[in-house]
Amino acid sequence: MSIVENFDLYAPRLIDKKEYFSPGHRACQGCGEALALRLACKALGGDTIVSCATGCMEIVSSLFPTTAWELPFIHVAFENAAAVASGVEAGLKVMRRKGRVADRDIKSVAVAGDGGTADIGLQALSGAAERGHDMIHICLDNEAYMNTGIQRSSQTPFGAWSTTSPPGKVSFGQRTWKKNVPEIMAAHNIPYVATACPSYPLDLIRKVDKARSIKGPSYIHIFSACPTGWRMESDLAIKIGRLAVETGIFPLYEVKNGKYGITVDVPDPLRPVEDYLKLQGRFRHLGSPEIKVIQERVNLEYGKLIDKVNNLKSWDEN
Amino acid sequence: MAKRVGMEVAIAAAEAVGMCNIDVAAVYPITPQSHIAEHLSEIVADGRIDAEYITVESEHSAMSVCIGASATGARAYTATCSQGLMLMHELLPIVSAMRLPIVMSVANRPVNAPLNILSDHSDIMPQRDSGWIVIFSENGQEVIDLTLQAYRIAEDKDVMLPVIICIDGFILTHMVEPVEFPEQKEVNKFLPDRVPYATLHPDKPLTMGAFAMSDYFPQMMKAKDEALVNSKKTILKVWDEWEKQFGRRYRPVETYKAKGAEVLLLIMGSMGETAEPAIDELRDKGVAAGLIKIRLWRPFPFDELRKAVKGVRVLAVMDRAVSFGDSGGPVFADVKSVLYSEDNRPLTVNYIMGLGGRDVSVEDFVNMAEGAVKAKKEGYEFYGVGD
Repeated sequence: MSIVENFDLYAPRLIDKKEYFSPGHRACQGCGEALALRLACKALGGDTIVSCATGCMEIVSSLFPTTAWELPFIHVAFENAAAVASGVEAGLKVMRRKGRVADRDIKSVAVAGDGGTADIGLQALSGAAERGHDMIHICLDNEAYMNTGIQRSSQTPFGAWSTTSPPGKVSFGQRTWKKNVPEIMAAHNIPYVATACPSYPLDLIRKVDKARSIKGPSYIHIFSACPTGWRMESDLAIKIGRLAVETGIFPLYEVKNGKYGITVDVPDPLRPVEDYLKLQGRFRHLGSPEIKVIQERVNLEYGKLIDKVNNLKSWDEN
Repeated sequence: MAKRVGMEVAIAAAEAVGMCNIDVAAVYPITPQSHIAEHLSEIVADGRIDAEYITVESEHSAMSVCIGASATGARAYTATCSQGLMLMHELLPIVSAMRLPIVMSVANRPVNAPLNILSDHSDIMPQRDSGWIVIFSENGQEVIDLTLQAYRIAEDKDVMLPVIICIDGFILTHMVEPVEFPEQKEVNKFLPDRVPYATLHPDKPLTMGAFAMSDYFPQMMKAKDEALVNSKKTILKVWDEWEKQFGRRYRPVETYKAKGAEVLLLIMGSMGETAEPAIDELRDKGVAAGLIKIRLWRPFPFDELRKAVKGVRVLAVMDRAVSFGDSGGPVFADVKSVLYSEDNRPLTVNYIMGLGGRDVSVEDFVNMAEGAVKAKKEGYEFYGVGD
């Protein structure tokens, strides 16, 4: 935590100065995704090819004839970033073998939002993970279809307002709980799964770096605040990410070869979820009964995660 | 001299793909494409070619993998049909707009509903406007030749477009036919390694698949149209070279006894071989009948077709798909647009036939030709279906 508190002091020495996702893109003020992507690219370095799903990061970065990308970048469609990235990996692999491209370790990285990962993109992601390509899938999760105008996704949290989960006379907003994609990916028995948040930049960078170094598929789910869609002040993206972690709503952990580990400590007991919910307009219609339900669910899920941390062993261990 | 062998056409297609020294194949199984997929996987598994064979979880991902691989400069291949092709549909205009020279075999099969695994052209017709080069094959030898030619055409720097080779499902894919393969060294001479125009590589970072608004989008569409139109020059050039090197001649529109004909049948795909004896029979009966076969479906061979139908009284277009809503068949609609500007255009009638694998015999072709001769007005009918 001290590094995060003294970030200004440490950052220049710990973070690559080179920009791969460069300034001038068209993301909203205070966009958590743009920050997450910028940091992730710094960790990935120049020998990277990005396959990006349709979504916020795609449209803000690649308006013809401009581009914010200093990395080779391809966008094809909404649901197939992971499949395209697996094709990039396969193409490079065979051409490297045949001596048609330089013998160099270039990482194929898929980038998609929560819709492009958890909903329409889940099949392509599952297929790519199952096939074992040497690639990373990064999910930039801002918990709704922000690019099309804040429609709910399977990542929109319980109770949240969105333009297709509006609270009304007979509704309190989103009726479903966030689908747990990191767990789905861990169930694929891939070598590395992690959650991250740009509010903890060094943790995020370390995880991307780790995924970069692993041969085989890895998955990083990045919680990325969206001030526009979450109906909050644009200077709150970092703070809200910290609160999501400190309340246990979005714990930062990693699963390496099946072994779970918490990577950023949280207060004990966890901060109340209300601290997180009250800063965002998308939750402002919630009353104490709904908040109580959310608190209970967060406690339950956090407990399940800690059980895994305490009990599950790496498949490398005997 | 190449040796003649008896071989199932799907197997021959896979052998031809192997001879193209592909880098990446991404294939999802679907009947009747599956023998191509299976045999290609055997070729890779036996180490006969050095390629990545990606067993994807859907046709959508098959094409997505091909896109990713092709964008790195690899030679990518897939095969599908019917529902699989419909699932890929979203990606087809993207491939052509990104100018990626992917080659795909389509084992033409109907689209649901009702489910039907046999043969017609209702899967390829919805892909008509996707910007791909689409070529129809009539027999096993053509499948081999057209497959070997496909990458040469697709990867040419004046083309850089994807190519579909249509192979009628079952009736062609599963037929054992006498075929001959050229020597591998001859193929290597004809088809060198791909020299990509632009690739995804960190040495020269590029943005592919950018987002464009109304300021650039229309120019891009015009450029794509010009690319497809211009591809015909290269297609003809490649076919000329093929003829010089291998002796077999390919033209955008093939004709059979069309000279001096009063009635012409127009067909695409494997049924051309059934229509030929029907023409012979009609000629024996004293009917001046002839046959036109469209090989190059896209870019559409307007000039060749105009020339082929000149002076004909009746043109009977055979469609194996329906453009629902009183348009008749899709080939009929395109052929009519070719003829619109002609002064003495033939009376053009349309038979929709062979749907869902319904057999069309020599007698059926004779019947249709005789019906066409008596036709008084333009229009379409479902042949052999009843009222």
